[in-house]
Amino acid sequence: MVANQPEKENPVPAFGLAARDQSGVLSPFNFSRRATGEKDVKFKVIYCGICHSDLHMIKNEWGTSTYPLVPGHEIVGEVTEVGSQVEKFKVGDRVGVGCIVGSCRSCDNCSNSIENYCPKMILTYAGTYHDGTVTYGGYSDVMVCDEHFVVRVPDALPLDAAAPLLCAGITLYSPLRYYGLDKPGIHLGIVGLGGLGHVGVKFAKAMGAKVTVISTSPAKKQEAIERHGADSFLVSRDQEQMKAAMGTLDGIIDTVSAVHPIMPLIGLLKTHGKLVLVGAPEKPLELPVFPLLMGRKIVGGSCIGGMKETQEMLDFAAKHNITADIEVISADYVNTAMQRLEKGDVKYRFVIDVAKTMQA
Amino acid sequence: MAKSPETEHPQRAFGWAARDPSGVLSPFNFSRRENGDEDVTIKIHFCGICHSDLHSIKNEWGIARYPIVPGHEIVGIVTKSGTNVSKFKEGDRVGVGVMVGSCRSCDYCNQQLENYCPKMTFTYGSIDRDGTPTYGGYSDIIVVDQHFVVRFPDSMPFDAGAPLLCAGVTVYSPMKYYGMADEPAGKHLGVVGLGGLGHVAVKIGKAFGLKVTVISHSPGKEGEAVGRLGADGFLVSSDPLQIKAASGSMDYIIDTVSAVHALTPLLALLKTNGKLITLGLPDKPLELPIAPLVLGRKLVGGSDIGGMKETQEMLDFCAKHNITADVEVIPMDQVNVAMARLAKSDVRYRFVIDVANYLSK
Repeated sequence: MVANQPEKENPVPAFGLAARDQSGVLSPFNFSRRATGEKDVKFKVIYCGICHSDLHMIKNEWGTSTYPLVPGHEIVGEVTEVGSQVEKFKVGDRVGVGCIVGSCRSCDNCSNSIENYCPKMILTYAGTYHDGTVTYGGYSDVMVCDEHFVVRVPDALPLDAAAPLLCAGITLYSPLRYYGLDKPGIHLGIVGLGGLGHVGVKFAKAMGAKVTVISTSPAKKQEAIERHGADSFLVSRDQEQMKAAMGTLDGIIDTVSAVHPIMPLIGLLKTHGKLVLVGAPEKPLELPVFPLLMGRKIVGGSCIGGMKETQEMLDFAAKHNITADIEVISADYVNTAMQRLEKGDVKYRFVIDVAKTMQA
Repeated sequence: MAKSPETEHPQRAFGWAARDPSGVLSPFNFSRRENGDEDVTIKIHFCGICHSDLHSIKNEWGIARYPIVPGHEIVGIVTKSGTNVSKFKEGDRVGVGVMVGSCRSCDYCNQQLENYCPKMTFTYGSIDRDGTPTYGGYSDIIVVDQHFVVRFPDSMPFDAGAPLLCAGVTVYSPMKYYGMADEPAGKHLGVVGLGGLGHVAVKIGKAFGLKVTVISHSPGKEGEAVGRLGADGFLVSSDPLQIKAASGSMDYIIDTVSAVHALTPLLALLKTNGKLITLGLPDKPLELPIAPLVLGRKLVGGSDIGGMKETQEMLDFCAKHNITADVEVIPMDQVNVAMARLAKSDVRYRFVIDVANYLSK
């Protein structure tokens, strides 16, 4: 049996950065993309955001990685070719691809535009495409994607600072809408001020919320308020501050993926309050039942968003001037960036300048 | 010098109380306040035994103030109504549930959500506005503000209807709030635990038009669940194959289990956007796996009884659909035996104390 050879699998040569094993070290990788099918959009990748999930995946921390692994699911670029049945895009369009590149297109979830909850959802990288090949992500020079999973990046948004919206942005935007936390005047808490959290503050403020950032790091207070526009800041380890804020929040979006106690967060909620988790700690968390019942509160989850909503999110971001705060890096800096990301040393997303620095 | 329970108030009353965490109930002489302008005095006919009564008398939540006269599923006849009372008159069949007071001025009270008022007064085990402890329905009479009394539908039998005042509203309220009555056609509800709460949830779920599956750790309950209560299906929660076969099939789950138990298999039963509503009050936190919530946009929610308007609405709904609890009526002096059986879930599905009959002897 002939093993799949990434370079020969498909007709279009491609170049990117791949992790070869669980060390997570990324190195140059020659592979190939499929020919542009009737419904496909081919685009030159200009920028790709580095998501914390990329770090988890290159190191196989979730046990689902296959190597070689080309990460990247915050991908923006310019269309170079479209298939004969493509209606939404043409050559030269500014486009983006996020976390999914395929789904079954026929289940209830797909029919309701929540492809992100399709049981057969295909991830942008380390997934298996309909043709049986491994999917490779956006740390690469070219992408070919079914038009259904491509979004238009509005002209008003700069490509580099818009890239992280394709994962971080939709991850916050979707639950704000679904859980009804998008109403003007509500008091919203955001736990964690990283890639997800800082974008969450911007969306929530644009929706008219009063925003309190909840963080373990007192050092982040000034940035939270002066740079991101949060109204207040709570240090979660400060019991007095937390006690004084009990029963004040209508909702909380919790972006923290490390194991952490949620009882104090439930205590911050008003009656009928909602705690929504978008990070998935690897161990179960303790759920105190009394406060949930006595205040008719809920704890819910959310995972990225569907394609229709991702486009809606980008259009909303363009209208309200929302982009991520980024540090643009060259392709050869990526391993250093990963080390810094692991220590939380980035304000607040790295974005790889693919077009200018990633060449075979 | 502090007044004793007997002398605290002007009207003599008699009931059964627990004196300490052994939870043993015994005869207890106490007193009720004079019937005020807003009050009705009720001669109690029946009182349901709720599992919360058992938790309370044994101080399982650590907040007990003894002596405790339990009972918050109270039905009886009005014997006196105050000068400002227009809703009730002597001879009316009425009920009292889990609350006898609230602040009446906060946002929650103004929205008929007295059950979420921070100053809500429980029917037993609370301190009333006058500083005296509240005593519940394992007793001969009770005096209650008319706002916290509901009319008992004529068509509804007293004994089988009494448990609706807690068990009924405790499942009805979240079923409405979490959307189970909205467009129920084709929607599927799982009910975990076939006890006092669970069996009423099955009946109400069917009346809403939902498909209902009972989830229980006791395979022996299948015949009852499907044959007698009208459930559409039955799953044994400890059988991983059955759980797997039903995975992703339910829109909602009402979880009535009050012991600590695993949420992972229950979350797996939910479809995308599914809701697990937990109503039991375990004495320790539960373990909540987060990945299923995130990957399926699922939620876990709580709920606590229901407001007064909703309690009346629930009773009227149940009367219309012929829904009552399945009860075993006992005399008051058998209450300790009943508690011991309740602790082993040996009841189908609520004990109801025949107060009036016991006292007339």
